[in-house]
Amino acid sequence: MRTVQKTMDIFQKRKLTYTLVFVAFIVIFAGASVIAEFHPIDGIVSFPAALQWIGSNLIPDEAAIERLPKILSELSETALLSVAVTVVAAALSFFFSLLGSNITKGSGILKKIVRIVAAFFRNVPDVVWAMLLMFSFGQNILTGFFALFFTTFGLLTRAFIEMIDEVSTNCVEALDATGAGFIQKVFQGIIPSSLPGITTWVLYMIETNIRSSTLIGILTATGIGYLFDLYYKRLDFASASLVVVSIVILVLVIETISNRIRKVIL
Amino acid sequence: MTNETALIMKQIGSHETNRSDRDGKPAIRYARNGKIKIRAKSKSQLAMHLLVLTLLGITVFAFATFDYQGIAFGSAVADTLRNIQTVFLEPELTRDTLSGVLYQLLVTFCLGTLSTIIGAVLAFFCSLLCARNLANSVCVNVMKSIVAVARAVPTVLWVLIFAVSAGLGSVAAVAGLTFHSFAYLTKAYAESIEEMDPGIIEALKANGSSYWQIVCQAIIPSTITSMVAWTFMRFEINFANAVAMGAAAGAGGIGFHLFMAGSFYFDLHEMGLLTYIVVIAVVILEMISTKIKAKVR
Amino acid sequence: MALLSFQNVSKTYDNVTTALKDVTFSMEEGEFVSIIGPSGAGKSTLLRCINRLVDVSQGAIFFDGHNVTASKKKELREIRMKTAMIFQHYNLVDRLSVVENVLHGRLGQKSAISGAAGHYTEEEKKEAFRIIQEMGLEEQAYKRCDELSGGQKQRVGIARAIMQHPKLILCDEPIASLDPKSSKVIMDHLKAINLTKNITCLVNLHQVDVAMKYSERIIGVTAGEIVYDGPAGGLTKDIIHQIYQSNDHDLIMDVQG
Repeated sequence: MRTVQKTMDIFQKRKLTYTLVFVAFIVIFAGASVIAEFHPIDGIVSFPAALQWIGSNLIPDEAAIERLPKILSELSETALLSVAVTVVAAALSFFFSLLGSNITKGSGILKKIVRIVAAFFRNVPDVVWAMLLMFSFGQNILTGFFALFFTTFGLLTRAFIEMIDEVSTNCVEALDATGAGFIQKVFQGIIPSSLPGITTWVLYMIETNIRSSTLIGILTATGIGYLFDLYYKRLDFASASLVVVSIVILVLVIETISNRIRKVIL
Repeated sequence: MTNETALIMKQIGSHETNRSDRDGKPAIRYARNGKIKIRAKSKSQLAMHLLVLTLLGITVFAFATFDYQGIAFGSAVADTLRNIQTVFLEPELTRDTLSGVLYQLLVTFCLGTLSTIIGAVLAFFCSLLCARNLANSVCVNVMKSIVAVARAVPTVLWVLIFAVSAGLGSVAAVAGLTFHSFAYLTKAYAESIEEMDPGIIEALKANGSSYWQIVCQAIIPSTITSMVAWTFMRFEINFANAVAMGAAAGAGGIGFHLFMAGSFYFDLHEMGLLTYIVVIAVVILEMISTKIKAKVR
Repeated sequence: MALLSFQNVSKTYDNVTTALKDVTFSMEEGEFVSIIGPSGAGKSTLLRCINRLVDVSQGAIFFDGHNVTASKKKELREIRMKTAMIFQHYNLVDRLSVVENVLHGRLGQKSAISGAAGHYTEEEKKEAFRIIQEMGLEEQAYKRCDELSGGQKQRVGIARAIMQHPKLILCDEPIASLDPKSSKVIMDHLKAINLTKNITCLVNLHQVDVAMKYSERIIGVTAGEIVYDGPAGGLTKDIIHQIYQSNDHDLIMDVQG
């Protein structure tokens, strides 16, 4: 009898929890809508309008086709930029993450410093870096390069530290037991074990950086982002949508290649 | 003792006969220079080398072909360092009040919250159509392609596309942010559903449960932890994106003030303070989300 | 002089959990000793103190003329070269080939750069292949370790250990993740190494029957203390129950008879 009572309680309690969570979400949603001055009806209405915009501008007109070479050259520069940023940041991050991971014995001060520096670069918004660099570098490709570089560096350092700590628990202990030194452990144990993880992250960051560079381009008036902004503000929507389509194709191509590579490597 | 040795050696011998020992010699492979090879030769090793070489090649090519417009690199770096010093070491509020800035932070927070909630609800239903172990393959392929395209469009472009009809502001920002988080979360949710133990769904199908019963009794309980984890991760991203949208697409909130301070008033001190506020908010969010993830598990 | 001796060794983690309490024993060259005891009794810690993967809190360990507890960088490296270790989860670098993993046994003897770059002499490679053949793994020599079965991986682990030319092999639960058949292969190999190469073996085991079958001497550890140290034959049911702190009929061996 008592156990029956108890199971009833559990069911009732769960129901109560679910109801409470549901109500809490409704309240949060309503509150957030008021503060952000968001009108759900307008939001719903904007969906079909946006789809209609996409539908009517998807097929480029003649003027847009004429701009294609310009778009493609900016696009290829964006692709090159994100690969270059990611590769350089990954190399530097790997070095730093070795210092920040648990395989580095001794005082924890160095570890803490590396982690704090990584957190700083990761959490300062890339728009801040972009505006800051605009003052000194102007409308230059290096503005985008460094803005993307700082955030990528912060993100990859944290990811690599976690990954190294994960892969190194087993194999590093064994190499320790054979009397191997630090450099030997890195090259014979950590690098081979973490290569698939590094590759996955690098490919993912290349893709992400293409998207981010659009944003930074709009802010700093460079690259593919600037081109979109230019056409958009001139209300040349056909050309603007051609820019969107070309970015989508580039990202999808990179995603497909990444998936293929990952399948072979893992 | 010698008996024991002999016995054990015999046992070892019996294990060895199990292998296909052709002529008793180990299968050593030699490289062209006569040295013994020790590497595992596999497709993946080759692919890895090719990838590293390709990426390095592209990087070198990129640096060689970038149009630097003859920038004076040294002085630009020196200027940058000076600006970084102003922003991060001399933060100061000159234009706004602290309470005003905090209210703008709240607005940004609300933009992130709204887009995460709407995106998560939509993504949950869509992920049911996107999971290979639930929906038929035609439906899955169509849905996955749509989601992949939606993911490929940068958030800022979604916001600007919505702004054509809704005008710049919170509606366009929420709609744009929602679209990207919807695509991101659908993929993540569908993957966690696909990772489920197939036996669970099979067991409920076997006792005659309906589709929605399976969803409520099997799928939600088994995937709720990873779904919550993904949702909070996306919330952190959405908050950061909401800051960026304020700056790049005039969507309001603290991002817009950052943009005004940086690009309109050229007020580095104020930019620094706003940056610190954003960073502190992000770090707090990260800590909360780690706590929640640990609790749900 | 004994090859290995523990003198009143104690270990506490973070000043809270006691893993070893006043452990004293010694081993002669060529012995095959098993350590048995319940999970968490401190068996793994005991093994890891010998090659300083774990630092002791109190007491001293002497190994082959070295004071292990007081050894500094270079001497520690020498001690680690002379003591090989075999792990429950094999601890191989999964993405490298079998030969490369076996050659890792040589890293302690190599310079930092040549070891890091994976340059080994032809003699070392030949020796690696000879050991691989001894372990019955020549078909697998060029395979990546993640393609192997558990039993094969543990044989690679043993091969890596032999490659070190150790005086002492420390085995931390070498068969805990293996099926009975592979377990027998592994234990037979260890025993063979012990007998033919005269390498001393110190093995942590969960299975009392395996320990009794393969070793002359058994050390029973409970809650960080040695409660039995003597010949395998002297291990009575009562002592086993004392080691595992259990009552009659609680252990799986009681069921068997």
